[in-house]
Amino acid sequence: MSEQYGVILFPSVHFALRAEKRAKDEGFKIKLIPVPRHLSSDCGVCLRFPWEQKEILLCLLEREGIRVEGIHPLE
Amino acid sequence: MIYFDNAATSWPKPPQVKEAMIRFMDEVGANPGRSGHLLSIEAAKILFETRELLAKLFNVKDSSRIIFTYNATESINLALKGLLQPGDHVITSSMEHNSVMRPLRDLEKKGVGLSIAPCSSNGELDPKEVEKRIQSNTKMIVLTHASNVTGTLLPIAEVGKIAKQHHLLFLVDAAQTAGSYPIDMEKDGIDLLAFSGHKSLYGPQGTGGLVIGERIDEKKMIPLKQGGTGSRSEFEEQPDFLPDRFESGTPNTVGIAGLLEGVRFVLNEGVLTIHQYERSLIEKLAEGLLEIPKIKIYGWSKHREQIATLSFNSLSLSSSEVASHLEERYGILCRPGLHCAPSAHKTIGTFPEGTVRFGLGYFNKDEEIKFALQALQSIG
Repeated sequence: MSEQYGVILFPSVHFALRAEKRAKDEGFKIKLIPVPRHLSSDCGVCLRFPWEQKEILLCLLEREGIRVEGIHPLE
Repeated sequence: MIYFDNAATSWPKPPQVKEAMIRFMDEVGANPGRSGHLLSIEAAKILFETRELLAKLFNVKDSSRIIFTYNATESINLALKGLLQPGDHVITSSMEHNSVMRPLRDLEKKGVGLSIAPCSSNGELDPKEVEKRIQSNTKMIVLTHASNVTGTLLPIAEVGKIAKQHHLLFLVDAAQTAGSYPIDMEKDGIDLLAFSGHKSLYGPQGTGGLVIGERIDEKKMIPLKQGGTGSRSEFEEQPDFLPDRFESGTPNTVGIAGLLEGVRFVLNEGVLTIHQYERSLIEKLAEGLLEIPKIKIYGWSKHREQIATLSFNSLSLSSSEVASHLEERYGILCRPGLHCAPSAHKTIGTFPEGTVRFGLGYFNKDEEIKFALQALQSIG
């Protein structure tokens, strides 16, 4: 069974890169990927993450003051 | 050739600065933060990493609060014009560069009150001179961290405390010190830090920045320019978040790629190591100059901290004559005149003739100091 992923969109690439760095430091299995076509975000990149880690990942981003624009499950 | 004009622009740079810029042109080249493709992300990572390293250097918690600009002058203009309104009052010192004085004089014409705290003829500032000029409408204190004429350090930590006590904003012009003297946004009580990339951070010209401290509400700070940011493109209004609010248009990514390696070099060497080496050079220079009877030096004291910049004059020749003799006969490059700081020269008593300025740097050597002293002995 393949793992369920989600993506987090950010208002700018600075936040996306900071989220990637902090989450990586904390051992999250995340990856920066281009924003899927059915979603929209200007900065062009979003953070893919294992959906089951959604809550703790959002906690981390909030603690770091990283602004989030949207969270979507990946089909 | 001997290069003693590091106070204007440092040269040479660590070789990795140039190599990073070439690598950017050869292998990256794209516009940062404007798309999700590989090269755009590579370019965005250069800006991001540079912000992160600068945040480490200046003790800034949130690197999005570091805004890239063209130079320290643009940073100072952004801080002053973004925050001061007619009816506000601002205090500065008499040792400032025109990068501070000219925008302040412009704001003064538009109704911003201005007080200038006098410094001693040695270029030193007594923090009490700042404190006693505080009024009910004072909003900000602006100080250079070190004079670009005499190399004298101003007491920023003490003035930072005064600013905090009176709930004032504190802007520091660190053009001469960022990278060559320790700066801690928190400990020094700095709200806004303007720095240049091309001096002691060893980046190329056209790089600089402004750190906007946590006490500043960026939504109430007015940008110098508005435009495309690669974010919130569906709206025709400027974004209200950092760093995008103050970074419109395509940045100098190739320059910042160089700056990144310059900052990394500073962090690897250690600011204190750099300062101590430069301090030993300037001390040798000053002690040598004091032994030449026909030379008068300004602002030097062996017993206090100083950056690697020093001003002096010959008692018989003008500063430009000394500089041209040094270049033509000895291949020593320095800077004569007023160094864009007329107020500082009035303070130390060298207006309008100016001084000869030696701006030493981390890549200068003892032998170069000895050679320059011999040259000055014979010029007189």
